[in-house]
Amino acid sequence: MNHWIIAPVILPALLAPFIVLVMRHDLSLQRIFSTFGTVVLVGISLVLLYTASTNPPEVYFLGNWDAPFGIVLVLDRLSAMMVALTAILALTVQIYAIGTGWDARGKHFHALYQFQLMGICGAFLTGDAFNLFVFFEVLLIASYGLMIHGGGANRLKAGVQYVAYNLLGSTLFLFALATLYGVTGTLNFADMAVKVADLPPGDAALLRVGAVLMLLVFAVKGALVPLQFWLPATYSFAPGAVAALFAVMTKVGAYAVIRVYTLVFPPGTPATELLFADLLLPAALVTLAVGAVGVLGATGLARMVAFAAIGSMGTLFIAVAQFTPEAMTAALYYLVHSTLATAVLFLVVDMVQDRRGNDSLRGALPPMAQHGLLAALFFAGTIAMAGMPPLSGFLGKLLVMDVTRGPDMALIWTSILLSSLVTIVGFARAGSQVFWKAHAITVTQEQPQPKPEGFAFAMIFALLAALVALTVMAGPVTDWLAATSAEIFDRTAYINAVLPVGGR
Amino acid sequence: MELLVASAIGMMTAVGTYLVLRKRTFPVIVGLAVLSYAVNVFIFASGRLAIGLPAIITEGASYGDPLTQALVLTAIVISFGMTALIVMMALGSFLETGDDYIAMDDDAPKKLDLPRKPGGEA
Repeated sequence: MNHWIIAPVILPALLAPFIVLVMRHDLSLQRIFSTFGTVVLVGISLVLLYTASTNPPEVYFLGNWDAPFGIVLVLDRLSAMMVALTAILALTVQIYAIGTGWDARGKHFHALYQFQLMGICGAFLTGDAFNLFVFFEVLLIASYGLMIHGGGANRLKAGVQYVAYNLLGSTLFLFALATLYGVTGTLNFADMAVKVADLPPGDAALLRVGAVLMLLVFAVKGALVPLQFWLPATYSFAPGAVAALFAVMTKVGAYAVIRVYTLVFPPGTPATELLFADLLLPAALVTLAVGAVGVLGATGLARMVAFAAIGSMGTLFIAVAQFTPEAMTAALYYLVHSTLATAVLFLVVDMVQDRRGNDSLRGALPPMAQHGLLAALFFAGTIAMAGMPPLSGFLGKLLVMDVTRGPDMALIWTSILLSSLVTIVGFARAGSQVFWKAHAITVTQEQPQPKPEGFAFAMIFALLAALVALTVMAGPVTDWLAATSAEIFDRTAYINAVLPVGGR
Repeated sequence: MELLVASAIGMMTAVGTYLVLRKRTFPVIVGLAVLSYAVNVFIFASGRLAIGLPAIITEGASYGDPLTQALVLTAIVISFGMTALIVMMALGSFLETGDDYIAMDDDAPKKLDLPRKPGGEA
């Protein structure tokens, strides 16, 4: 048994209380320990990524209890990839938060940050539906704290909405879990997969109810229309650094959909057949449209980026809804790309907000400090997000369109291309309003003090470099992702790893 | 007994849903609490309803499902903690904004609340 599998959960779980209890009053110590912890997390996640890509799925039995009686963590290529993505994003965002002083604007930023990482990594690693719920709650309760970090009336109000919405989501999740437990008698993913495959036909209706309720919960997390209402306010009022980290939280929803609806309810299941693909595809198309229209109509930069994030979830779910190995490769590539691109844009917008005092797109304001540099970064980020060449957004959308040839091709291609166009127009309008028209205003008062914030800029450049690497290395990356999606659809390997063979 | 439990869950869900759709934070929070009661009973019922069965396995006898009891305990703890948290946040929001409406003006451009400290660089 490889004990490193549980390290991404244990490390932040131990570090966070340590930070709260021992170094509550010393911000420098908190910064050092928390950054060190995240660096170690990146190291562990890379080791796990390497292990997962050379070995079949590995299982960690907590307390050495056999599945399905004990709790299991499962490390396969998909979960290792998600943990590594989370760790790398978390490290850059954390250094950004330190570099801009965001972590000094309220208490306990670093402790909450570590709890957040614990929840996200746990959600990716768990092999048990109830533990998925528990880790969702861990990541949510930390995100509530991070979201209102720094305080302020608008942020608190948006925070209350966010908490209420997610509490409803959690209640729904419990209803779904109880229904599925009532039907199958188990909550272990692998065991559920076995039980669902040979379920008596009389239970099929109840199973479908449970499975669709669960899909609704993941749609809340993944901001799928019509359950996306929480996202714009939350992301635009959250501190910029936190919004950038939240870019991976919507991906938790996408991950859960991929995991549950390929492993437990694969398209060939007699009770459900193609039910989920038929539900997901229209929702994803509408999500894409809502995102694009939102980008065009938003009155603030942060809100615009939040809608762009919704649109990218739409593209991602279009690929997921195909439920074929090729489409999953495209979906995973787009998932990595959209996480990084969303994070870049939120960080740039945070810089703009800080220098201009607000992010309104209604009127032009005089040039701010480091105007040209921010304009260039915003330009690069929007190119990636909108899916224009030469960055990975273009390749991602190309892959998604390539795998959606078929009966729905006309609809899907039109939606993706039109929404990309609308998104480009929206971003161009915002860019000219914020960066271009600023030069037309004669400066009456003296120029604002330039703030160097070298660390923060370095981290934005690091994320952009990751996007460039994803583009340049697209060949090897898609090869690796193709092997990953082959593993996702090879259910027997996962099931045999978790359940003792012959002991079912 | 099935009818009683089922209608209790249904009533609580209906009441909770109605309250959650209200405009002010207090009914919403009460609604969330009622919904969490409903789901707790529902989880408990998913282990099948039975009277007088022992919770511990004894030889030759049937026993109550112990897993749903563990699940419901976890769910109670989590929903209790979450309710406490949202009460605190709603209170903070009420004190900051002076009203307890859930809705907010989405179009309001984001204002920065605190100036960033100069020299915040680590």
